[in-house]
Parts: sequence; C-alpha cells; structure tokens
Amino acid sequence: MRPIRVLVAKPGLDGHDRGAKVLARAFRDAGMEVIYTGLRQTPEQITQAAVQEDVDVVAISILSGAHMHLLPRVVSLLKEEGVYDETLVLGGGVIPQEDIPLLREQGIQEIFTPGTTTTETIEFIRNNLKRELA
Amino acid sequence: MGSDLTERLLAGDKLACARLISIVENESPGYQEKLEIVYPHTGNAHTIGVTGPPGSGKSTLTDKLAGRLADMGEKIGIVAIDPTSPFTRGAILGDRIRMAGVSDNKNVFIRSMGTRGHLGGLSKATANALVILSAYGCTYIFVETVGVGQSEIDIMRCADTTLMVLAPGLGDDIQAIKAGIMEIADVFAVNKADREGAEKTYRETMAMLDFRNDWDFKPPVCLTVAETGEGVDLLMDSLFAHKNFLSSSGKLIEKRAKKKAAHVRDIIRDRLDARVEELLTSYVPINNEGSDPYTLSESIINQIDYSKV
Repeated sequence: MRPIRVLVAKPGLDGHDRGAKVLARAFRDAGMEVIYTGLRQTPEQITQAAVQEDVDVVAISILSGAHMHLLPRVVSLLKEEGVYDETLVLGGGVIPQEDIPLLREQGIQEIFTPGTTTTETIEFIRNNLKRELA
Repeated sequence: MGSDLTERLLAGDKLACARLISIVENESPGYQEKLEIVYPHTGNAHTIGVTGPPGSGKSTLTDKLAGRLADMGEKIGIVAIDPTSPFTRGAILGDRIRMAGVSDNKNVFIRSMGTRGHLGGLSKATANALVILSAYGCTYIFVETVGVGQSEIDIMRCADTTLMVLAPGLGDDIQAIKAGIMEIADVFAVNKADREGAEKTYRETMAMLDFRNDWDFKPPVCLTVAETGEGVDLLMDSLFAHKNFLSSSGKLIEKRAKKKAAHVRDIIRDRLDARVEELLTSYVPINNEGSDPYTLSESIINQIDYSKV
C-alpha cells in the first residue's frame, strides 16, 4: 500500500510555522510523505506543488486572518487544474468558528482549530481520502 | 484512460506527468506497459545529479541553476530525494522550501520522492521517474540527493553529469567523504564560499584532484554563494563544458549505454528479489535439520519458478 502524500502549505504573509511543523512531523510519524512548502507561498505556488507532487491532501495553515480569501482561492485554482475532486482540502490555524460553515461551502472539507489533536487530524485524513491507496 | 495518460504526457500535460510518476513509483498495475510506451520518446534530457553532504546548499543551488536554464527557454525537471524513516515509513520532503524561486515557473517541474526503504530499488524508481520526465519534454533534469551512502552513489549512475556540492565548516574534511562519490563527480561546487574555511575546502579539493593526471575531463571546482547567486554563471559554464565534452568525445553514447545496462540490471534484480522473498517467507528453518546451509539453499533455489518472476 502506497503512503498518503500530504502537502502542508503556509500561504500569505503569515510567519508562524510551529503548528505546521508539528503537524508535518506527526504526519511523518504516521507513515505519510509530507511535502512542506515553507512560508509565504502564493495560492498559485501551493496549487502547482499540489499538482506536481500528486498529493492526496492539501493542508493549509493560516494564522494571519486571511483565510476567507486564501483558502477559497486555493480551492478554485485546484478546480482549474482538474485535481480538486481527488484532493482532500483542509484548513487549520486561527480561524473563527463562525467562518467555518462558509469555508466548508467554498469547498474546504474540514477546518481544524487550535486544540485539535494531531491524532484527530490523522484519523480524519485516513477516513476521508478521495482516492484509493491500493 | 491509461493510453489517455501517456498521450497527454507526450503532449506536455503537467497533470499526466505527475500521475504517471506516481504510477511508476508505486509500481501500480500496468506501470511497465506505460514505461514501454513512453520510453522511445526519451533521450533529449541532459541529467545532472546533484549530491553532497547535508547542509551544503544543494537545493538552493539547484533552484538557481534551474531558474537560469528556464530563463534560457529550457524545460526543467527536478527530482528531490529525501530519506524515509525506516520505522514509520513516513518522510518529510522539504527540498521544495529552498526552491521557491522556480516553484511556480511553468517551465519547471519539481517532484519530491522518499527513499521508501527501497535500498537498491531506489535507483530503479528514480530511473523510471526520469523516463516520465524525459518523455514529458524536459531538456534538463536535476536529481538531487544527500550523498552519504552507497544507494546515493547508485542514484548518481542515472546522471550524465554529476555535480558535487561541498561547503566549508560542515565538520567533514574532504577525506571523510566517501571516496566513491569524489570519484564520480564531474564538477565540484564549493558553496557558501563567503564563509570562513571556503579557501581551505577549495584547496583541498584541488589537491585531491591533482593526485590524478590522466583525466580526459578534469573536474572544474567552482566557488558559489547560492543564496545570492554569486558564481552560479561560472558554475553553469562548467556544467555546459562537461556536457559538450560528453557529446564531442562520444562519451555520452557510452554513458547512456551504461545507464541503460544499469537500469536493466536493477529491474532484473528487483524482480528476482521479489520472487525469492516470496519463497523465503514460506521457508521455516528447523534447527535440528541435518543439512548444512549450502544444501538447504540449493533446494530452495531449485524451486524458483521463472514463469512467476
């Protein structure tokens, strides 16, 4: 069985990457291949990485407050590239509860706010992949 | 759908390229047929292996080199290999971080691969990914890996030109680096050349190269500061010099033949290995068996069914 490939991305001007790194290490320890893009990625760079790396999951970490713009923008670019249907798109970081339903409507499958355990996140991924691992 | 993917690959479709790399890396059903279909369309990519100790700046340098070549109109592929944990089977593939310069350049395709416990099979997985990238239309492909083990030396066999990236102050003397890698390098870059100790590293490398005087192409040693791009143009000149040497001397044809032979060997070894593994998992040794290991091995080998290889 092949490993799950996850893109952990930090878009925009947000410089806080500790959470993303903790998550990346947890995913690695759970047997996943993690492509970590580093900071200050544009939605275009994130999408190109998702396409080239043929990832199963795009996990976007935002603590800067720009989530209502950046997350849907990544979703629409993934749709343009024709990969959205097979990609699990997740958001995490400082995202207010009231924004979550709107983000789900825009195509982000789930939002993980601070306090979510890495175990929960990993279980969610394993149970919600859009592609077979065979 | 299958033939659709290979057709799209040959037409330069980026998504088809990504999906096919996954198919051949995972050895999904039908992967061999797909490789057979696209193989005749390979051969136009000059492959540059980039190796060296961790922290020497390989990714940053590859980013700069790829950017310059892409600006010149070339189509670039980059395969960045990082270690997979033997315990968890997971990996952090972080080389893209240092390649932000080219990460959304439409003429550059970057793919990160884990070693996945392949051991010898890693060179086969890499060689297969290179077939896809070459058929996709790349004119230059960089294969980047940390050069500290035998399997990393094996990967460099897939390269036409091997670039060894060194840096001062990494705690390694030249002598400590595996002799095998030093011998296969065609071009050297002493990166982070603005740091203390760069002159010493440069001199030690030059001295080591002076031990031989029968070079048909003596490896140039370039000083670079990848972060700023300093020295990258001269490094490119050296890489082009080696490329031109290979074509004009006929060595390229010789190298490609050796590469193909190595690829064939890797495929055969891998397939035989898989068959033998299957036989061995059903073999249960009994301590009180009268036979010696040699007789026992003989009887198992005689059970290999070649129709199942």
